[in-house]
Amino acid sequence: MEKIYNELKDIVGAEFVSNQPEELFIYSRDMGTMLPAAPDFVVMPDSTEEVQKIVLLANREGVPVVPMGGGLVLSGLTRALKGGMVMDLKRMNRILEVNETSRYALVEAGTSQGILQAYLKRHHPGLKHSIPDAPPIATVGGNVLIHGSGHLSQIGGFHSEMLNGMEAVLPTGEIVKTGSCSASPYWFSRAPLPDLSGLFIGWAGTTGIVTKLSIKLFPAHPYNDARVFITGDIELIADVLHRLTGTQLTEDITAGVSCIIGRVQIFPMVIINYGADTKEELTWKRNLIRASVKKYIDDKTGGFAPLPPASRADLLKAPNPQPTQVADEKKGGGFEYVGSIMPIELFAGAYNIGVEISKKFGIDNLMAARIIGGHCMMFSYTYTFNRAIDADVDLARNALHETNNAVLKLGGIPWKAEAPAQKEIIKHMDPNTFQLMNRLRSVLDPKGIMNPGNWEVG
Amino acid sequence: MKHEELLHRCFRCGWCKLPVNFMDINCPSYLKYRFETYSPGGRLWLLRAWLTGDLDASDRFKEVLFSCATCKNCVEACGIPGIKDHLVDMIIAAREEIVNTGKLPPSIRNYLTEIYNRGNPFKKPQSERGDWAKGLDVPVYNGQEYLFYAGDVGSFDESGIKMTRAVASLFLNAGISFGILGENETSDGNDVNALGEKALSEHLAVNNIDQFTKRGIARIITLSPHAFNAMKNAYPLLGGKFEVYHYTQMLNKIIKDKLPLGSFKARVTYHDPCYLGRWNGVYLEPRNILQSVPGLDYMEMGRNMNSALCCGGGGGNYFSDMLGSGQDSSARRRVREAEEYGAEVVAVACPICKKMLEDAVKDEGLENQMRVMDVAQIVIEAKRKQA
Ligand SMILES: Cc1cc2nc3c(=O)[nH]c(=O)nc-3n(C[C@H](O)[C@H](O)[C@H](O)COP(=O)(O)OP(=O)(O)OC[C@H]3O[C@@H](n4cnc5c(N)ncnc54)[C@H](O)[C@@H]3O)c2cc1C
Ligand code: SF4
Ligand code: SF4
Repeated sequence: MEKIYNELKDIVGAEFVSNQPEELFIYSRDMGTMLPAAPDFVVMPDSTEEVQKIVLLANREGVPVVPMGGGLVLSGLTRALKGGMVMDLKRMNRILEVNETSRYALVEAGTSQGILQAYLKRHHPGLKHSIPDAPPIATVGGNVLIHGSGHLSQIGGFHSEMLNGMEAVLPTGEIVKTGSCSASPYWFSRAPLPDLSGLFIGWAGTTGIVTKLSIKLFPAHPYNDARVFITGDIELIADVLHRLTGTQLTEDITAGVSCIIGRVQIFPMVIINYGADTKEELTWKRNLIRASVKKYIDDKTGGFAPLPPASRADLLKAPNPQPTQVADEKKGGGFEYVGSIMPIELFAGAYNIGVEISKKFGIDNLMAARIIGGHCMMFSYTYTFNRAIDADVDLARNALHETNNAVLKLGGIPWKAEAPAQKEIIKHMDPNTFQLMNRLRSVLDPKGIMNPGNWEVG
Repeated sequence: MKHEELLHRCFRCGWCKLPVNFMDINCPSYLKYRFETYSPGGRLWLLRAWLTGDLDASDRFKEVLFSCATCKNCVEACGIPGIKDHLVDMIIAAREEIVNTGKLPPSIRNYLTEIYNRGNPFKKPQSERGDWAKGLDVPVYNGQEYLFYAGDVGSFDESGIKMTRAVASLFLNAGISFGILGENETSDGNDVNALGEKALSEHLAVNNIDQFTKRGIARIITLSPHAFNAMKNAYPLLGGKFEVYHYTQMLNKIIKDKLPLGSFKARVTYHDPCYLGRWNGVYLEPRNILQSVPGLDYMEMGRNMNSALCCGGGGGNYFSDMLGSGQDSSARRRVREAEEYGAEVVAVACPICKKMLEDAVKDEGLENQMRVMDVAQIVIEAKRKQA
C-alpha cells in the first residue's frame, strides 16, 4: 500500500493524494442511503496523462479505481465497494472549446455544470447547455455518463444523446477517442462512425475513465416563460404529456405530485418551460401549447393555473434549487430517489406504485417526472430521511429497494441504480445482453479494476 | 458544541463551493486543497464525525477546520435555507471546542499568544502602535467627533500602514473631526473570535468598550472591515453601542463636497472584502467612490459583491497562512481573475486583502501590469492631480 501511495504522489503531487482518515471517511459515502465503503486512497489527477499513469499503476497492481465527478448521484456509485482508490476528477475542469456555429462545447470531464453555464452566459450568451437540476457542482462527465436529463431534454433528449464524442482512458491505460473527434479535428457528432461512446455510458464507471467530452449546445432565448397545467385526474396525465410533447415547442416538461404517507395532497401539476427570440414568438408558442390541451380545458378536467410573478421566476430557475431543498424536509439532511426510466404511458401506473409504497412504509413519497423528448420519462420517487436517525435511513433504503423492484415489474428501469438495484435489473435482463456486457468488460478491463461491485451478479 | 443540532442537516450537496453566480470555485479552502473534506459540506460532515467519535481531532482535521476563511460564500450560496445562516457559526463553534482542548495548530497558538501578551500579533511593543501616524499631524483622541481605529494590520504592517496614512490624510484634508488612540489602541478581537478563542475576543472587546466609553467615544470609523464587523455586530452584545462606520462609508459621504479631485486614468476593478460585503452588506459605497473619480475606467470582475472571491486572509488565515501559498491560493486566483478582466488596478478596502493581493501579484509576476491600491490611495492620487 505504501508503495502505491508513493507512486500516486509521484504522479499527481503529494498534495493531491490522500490516505488520511478524514478523506477516507468522506469519500466512503455519499448523501444517499447506501452504507459506507472506504477506499484506500483518494487521488485527484489534473490531466489525461496523469489519469493514464494512475490507471497503468492500478492495472499493474490490480487496485480498484472508482471514478468520481461531483459524487452527487445519490445511489452510492462512487463508493469503493472493493477498496482501492477513488479518483476525484474535479480538478480536470477546463472548458477547452466552444464552437458557436456548430453549437458544441468541449470540456474536461470534471467541469462543473454551474461553471459551464456561467461561462456560456459570459462568453457565448446566445448559447446554453441542458443543465440538470442537480447541485451545480455536479460534473458534465458524471451527468452525461449516467444518461442524465435536464432543462433542454424536450429538445435534445437524454444528456447522453447530446454527447458528440469523448476521450477516455481505458482500464488498460490506452487513450481512446470516440465520435467525430476520432477522425476529424472537430467534435461535432457521434455519427457516422460505429458508436463507441456507448462503451462508457450507463456503465457506472466500470469500463474506463472519460477525460474529455463534447456536448451539444442550444440557443439561449432572450424571452422565456413557464406555465403550469393542473388536472385532478392522474389517468389523464399521460395523454396531456403526449399532447404537450407533440407540439415540439417546449424546452422542458416536468410533472409532479406528492404523497404524504399514502395521502395524495396536491393536484398533479405539469410544468412547461419554453423560450423564444421575440415576444410575439413567445405568445405564439403559448397559444399553440394551450391549443394542444384545449380538449381538457374545454371539458373542465384540466386547466392552466395562474402564476404569480415570483412563482414564474422560480420555475424559470435553472438549475432549480428546490429539489436540493427537499433534503431539509424532515430537518434531516437527506433524501434519495429512485429515478426510473419508463414510457410516458405508464405515468398513472408509476404513480400508483408510489402511493402503495408510501402507505406500506408510512413514508412520504414525492413523485416527479421529467419528460425526455416525446418518448419516455424519468419518473422519480423521492424519500427523505433524517440522517441522524439510523432507523429513518433504513426505512428510506427499504422503500427505495421495494420501489426499484416495483418499477421493474411495471416495465420501467431504475436509472443510475444502486448496486443492489443493478442486480435486480440484471435479473430482468435478456441473458444474452448481460453476457455481452460481461464480454465487453472482460476485453476492456481484463483485471476487473474499474469500479468493481457494479453491474455484477454476485 | 453550539449549533450541533444543525450539523446533520447539511446535505453535502456542494452548492456552497460555487458563488451564487456559479462563475468558479469560491470557497477558498476548497479551492486550494480540492479534497471534498475541505469544502464547506465536507467540513461539516467531518465535524459531525468528530462529535460522534468516528474521527479524532488529528492535525489534518484541525487544518480542515482552521483553513476556513470565514468568508461566508457558503452562507450566501448554501442550498438549504434552514441552516445557511449558521454555517460559519458552526465552524467557529467547533474551533471553540478545539481551543478549549488547548491543542491548537502552532501558527494559531502563536497568533493568539501574541495578542494575549502584547495586544497585537506582530510581536511589536504597544508603544509603537501609533507610529504609523508620524509626520501626519493626526491628533490623539480627545473628544473629537470620531475615533479613527487603525487596527493591528493598519498599525504594524508596512502595506497596511500606507493605507492607514492614506485614509487619515484624506480625513484631515476634508476637515473631519477625528482622533486616534495610538499606543492605547488594542486589537479589535474579530479574528480572535473567528478562531474560536471566545474568552480572549470578549476580553478584548470589553476592554475596548470600556476604553471607548471612558473617553466618551460615540462614533468610530474603522480602517479594517474586520474591526468594523466586531464593533458593529459583536460589541453591542457586550453592551458597547457605538455608531460604527467603515472608512469607505465616510469617504463616500464627503467625496463629492469636500475632496475636489483631478483624474486617475486607469482601468480599475474592486475586490469586495468579505467582512464588509457578505458580512455587512456594504457593497455600493466603495464602488460609488471609485466611480466618482474622474478618468477612472471602472469595471467589475465576474465574481463581485456577494459572489466575490475571498482573498484567503479571513478567519485568522492571514496570520496562520493555511491558505496563502500555491497556484490555487485564492489571492492568486483573484489577481488572475483581475488580469483576465484587464484590470490595471485592483482596488481594495481592507488592509488584509491589500497585503494578500499584493503578495499574489508578486507571486504571479504581474508587478509590471497590475497594482493593488486601496480606495483611499486612489482618491489621494486623483487629488494630487487636481492640486
Ligand atoms: C438535488 C438533486 C437533483 C438532481 N437532479 C438531477 C436532474 O435534474 N437531472 C439529472 O440527470 N440528475 C439529477 N441528479 C442526479 C445527479 O446528481 C446528477 O445526475 C449529477 O449530474 C451526477 O454527476 P456527478 O458529477 O455528481 O456524478 P458522480 O456521482 O460523481 O458519478 C456518477 C457515475 O459516473 C461515474 N463517473 C463520473 N465521472 C466519470 C468519468 N469521468 N469517467 C467515467 N465514469 C465517471 C461514477 O463512477 C458514477 O458511477 C440530481 C441529484 C440531486 C442531489
Ligand atoms: S453547507 Fe449547504 S450547500 Fe454546502 S453542502 Fe451543506 S447543505 Fe449543501
Ligand atoms: S466561510 Fe468561506 S472558506 Fe469557510 S467554508 Fe464557507 S466558503 Fe469556505
